[in-house]
Amino acid sequence: MIPLFVLPLLPFLGFLLCGLLGRKLGKTFVTVCGVGSVAATTVLAWVRLVPFAADAFAGHAAPILERYGSWIRAGNVSVDFAMRLDPLSALMLSFVTFVGFLIHVYSVGYMHHDEGYWRYFSYLNLFMFAMLTLVLGSNFLILFVGWEGVGLCSYLLIAFDYQKESSARAGRKAFVANRVGDFGFLIGLFLVLGLFGSLEFDRIFPAAAAAPERFAPAMTAIALCLFIGACGKSAQLPLYVWLPDAMAGPTPVSALIHAATMVTAGVYVVARANVFFRLSPTAMAVVAIVGGATALFAAIIGTAQTDIKKVLAYSTISQLGYMFLACGVGAFVAGMFHVMTHAFFKALLFLGSGSVIHAMGGEQDMRRMGGLRRALPVTYWTFLAATLAIAGIPVWAGFFSKDEILGAVFAKSPALWAVGFVAAGLTSFYMFRVVYLTFFGTFRGTEEEKHHLHESPATMTGPLVILAILSTVGGFVGLPAFLGERANLFHRFLSPIVPPIAAGALIGELGCGTEIALIAASVAVALVGWVVARTFYSGERAGTVPERFVRAFPGVHRVVENKFYVDELYEAVIYRPFRALSRMFWKVVDTLIIDGLVNAGSFLVELAGDLLRFFTTGNVRNYALTFLLGIVALLAYLGWAPR
Amino acid sequence: MSVPLLDVLVVSVALFSLGLCGALLRRNAITIFLSIELMLNAANLAIVGFGEKVGGYAGQTVVFFAIVVAAAEAAVGLAIFVAVFRHHETIDVNKTNLLKW
Repeated sequence: MIPLFVLPLLPFLGFLLCGLLGRKLGKTFVTVCGVGSVAATTVLAWVRLVPFAADAFAGHAAPILERYGSWIRAGNVSVDFAMRLDPLSALMLSFVTFVGFLIHVYSVGYMHHDEGYWRYFSYLNLFMFAMLTLVLGSNFLILFVGWEGVGLCSYLLIAFDYQKESSARAGRKAFVANRVGDFGFLIGLFLVLGLFGSLEFDRIFPAAAAAPERFAPAMTAIALCLFIGACGKSAQLPLYVWLPDAMAGPTPVSALIHAATMVTAGVYVVARANVFFRLSPTAMAVVAIVGGATALFAAIIGTAQTDIKKVLAYSTISQLGYMFLACGVGAFVAGMFHVMTHAFFKALLFLGSGSVIHAMGGEQDMRRMGGLRRALPVTYWTFLAATLAIAGIPVWAGFFSKDEILGAVFAKSPALWAVGFVAAGLTSFYMFRVVYLTFFGTFRGTEEEKHHLHESPATMTGPLVILAILSTVGGFVGLPAFLGERANLFHRFLSPIVPPIAAGALIGELGCGTEIALIAASVAVALVGWVVARTFYSGERAGTVPERFVRAFPGVHRVVENKFYVDELYEAVIYRPFRALSRMFWKVVDTLIIDGLVNAGSFLVELAGDLLRFFTTGNVRNYALTFLLGIVALLAYLGWAPR
Repeated sequence: MSVPLLDVLVVSVALFSLGLCGALLRRNAITIFLSIELMLNAANLAIVGFGEKVGGYAGQTVVFFAIVVAAAEAAVGLAIFVAVFRHHETIDVNKTNLLKW
């Protein structure tokens, strides 16, 4: 049996080889090392996952703990180097490796002409290493290593074209926004350490579950701190601002960050710490409200974006809002289910948009596309599959996960359900808007671009097809509850980590009729979104209806198009005052006071020296006279000093 | 017949003061040097006087050492004056103020 630590180690080796030797040894070497290491990881991961999953479904899956040594030992606190395979980490491992691998393969085609090919793959491998460390760590500290690792890699990859000011700025923004979240996360970890004296998952969670009345008072603080970290990583209100700007990175990177790795880390942490969250109704309410608000807010912004990748970015924020909404009402399993299906279809959407951008020679504005269906058939059909999935059209993967979330939310709070319901309709609308603007109608770009249109190479279309199949059938592992508790493989798999009471029972309470009615309603709203997008953006009238809308409500449109001016708000409320404060510290405290003190010291010494200089006459008899006066003074002192 | 200690000390102080005045007021380095020898001898005289008072030969022995050291110093000092004279063609201490600021 291969030890678990090999899984993150392989991409790390790939990172070292690509990074250190890649520039000299050329593209073939980089491709073999970069993609090969992730391929090997994927194969080895699945070799471990298949028997584990078989055991889990047979009903006797004890978490596998592998301890490699001690890391920190101080007083009664000890942290081990240890990895853990349980249903939750197994689930994350399965799609992080697989989707990550597909994105690597795709990148071979997409980045083919890039000068920084070796650098790109070394970063991408480091990203995989960090994410696998995060997922497999058996305690919060190892998790935090991976957590910071993905933060670093997102910075490196978003700012991949570091010579462009906008890319460098976007990378910095992602990094700083994540640090804000990490600050909360770290405080949460310190609180956990202070309360339990350990960060080991299988010590702290059972301890909290065993004595809820003892630990519950502190849990609101801990859960909220962890959630702040999750907000940063998973781009929730109010820390979401970095994600749309992250579009500055190469498109496969967007896919990796948005779908398989970084942004899912926040949901993973909340699901992992579900014991803590369930002890605090306040924290749960905060999670649900933030998630619901984010889902709606980002979906509204998504309807007015014209950059194809920006739409997808806001869509990611919105979908992550759904996941947190699910966690907030206690349906952690539904949240994780959506993480998985979202990984499939969002990776597919990003890679599909990458294929479009590739064909358009770098153009990302949908207003200059149109009619690409004929030139890019594979891209079109796979993109359509992902759109159907995210819109929640039945049998596609997103339908199952989204409706499970909405069902669970309805059981807890019809008001929040309404928010999610409206967001679902908007999701359907803005995604079909992308499809109609991009693939239907007539081409709106230049003749030269039209001539240049071509389908992408096989390394790019291959992953698209595989992800399209997963987006289509991936939802069947989590069939709706009214078909029976046994039908939902997903719940059965995750139940050892997330007790069923919080996971499946919510929807069970609703009863069969309500559940079917809810499903019908959300399918209906998805179809409405589709039809509206179709009437707005397809056929002869393409673009006229939205234009009339914009003319009718110019204010509303301007506010939405400018993303509710949140960036501007942050700039005014946080950035400017901080910069003014920093300037004050620089000019007044540092330059004036601190430098002033140091300079004053040297000035005094210099002054004393200047004064004493005049006594250095060089005249022997002056010196002798000084001696005499000194001796007289000394003798006088000795003579009169009190005995 | 022994000289009273007070007389010895009076002579010693007188000698020392003369030497001090010479050292401070004269310009010729050799004269200053001679004045310093005078102060040294005043000190020697005081030591002999005190030694006589205490009894034994310790005082006289110390004075012998002091005179030997002073003689060695005089040799070094004169060598320096010769070197200074070769350089400046004078041994007027007011004109050899190389250590001045």
